[in-house]
Amino acid sequence: MNTLEIVLISAFALAGTGVYGLLITRNLIKVVVALQIMIKGAVLALVMAGAASDQLALGQSLALTVIVADTVVAVIGLAFAIQVKRVRGTLDLRDLSELRG
Amino acid sequence: MLAAGLGIAAVVCAVLAIRASRLLSAALWLAVVSALVSIILYELGARQVAVIELSVGAGLVTVLFVFAISIAGDDGLGEASVLPRWLAVGAVGVLLVLLVGMALPVAETDAAAGEFSIEATLWDQRALDVLVQIVLIFTGVLCLLGLLAETRLPAQTPAQPVAANVGRTEIPPVDQVPDEPVEAPELEPVLEEASL
Repeated sequence: MNTLEIVLISAFALAGTGVYGLLITRNLIKVVVALQIMIKGAVLALVMAGAASDQLALGQSLALTVIVADTVVAVIGLAFAIQVKRVRGTLDLRDLSELRG
Repeated sequence: MLAAGLGIAAVVCAVLAIRASRLLSAALWLAVVSALVSIILYELGARQVAVIELSVGAGLVTVLFVFAISIAGDDGLGEASVLPRWLAVGAVGVLLVLLVGMALPVAETDAAAGEFSIEATLWDQRALDVLVQIVLIFTGVLCLLGLLAETRLPAQTPAQPVAANVGRTEIPPVDQVPDEPVEAPELEPVLEEASL
């Protein structure tokens, strides 16, 4: 097993850990943590794909875009969590069910 | 073997971040994951992205998490999960089997022998991505300012929680409603002017 395959398996494991966290967590801030972990796996996979196809600069530029989007998502998610805590008094996802049909 | 060790360490730290009972611990484990991922990126030859990941992922985002936790509180909400754990583990297992089956094997190449630099690629080939990044940053700043702005809610009685007024029409308190009936304006001068 070469280095690129090891990095790819690590990226998949990170993405899987993030998906697992998204599926089980109830806390809004922990949802953002799980999203961050999942996107770090995606960044790793993008750079690995660029390295595997001899287009490392392209992989880096795509990874840079993903990092910027990921940071904006984290900022908005955390600000949303703070507002939810101010208004509802809790961060529990199960208590945010007013729109449930 | 360095990549394998760093990858295993990153996955272990990610699992610890997910399973941490305190939010601050989860944020710090996430920062460690970012640092390890940036080292892996550096080993792959992606030095610019490694530096950005280290400064943004392990620095800026961690500061944001600590700031949010200091405002919202450090309550991890216990062990109860949204889905049954066996279902989540099964779904992730199926996902990983599919991903590994589709992606492997990967042939080893000389990663550092790219023909373009990242600057040329970013400005010449991916200029639209740069524009999207700028728009995203401004959108994030505007959303952050809008979400963190102090909302002025009407005066509440003790029996009326703040959450009960969200999304409802604002009704003035009873003590501000005038007791005397409002007199209707006199219509006679207007009618006289209209007849003229």
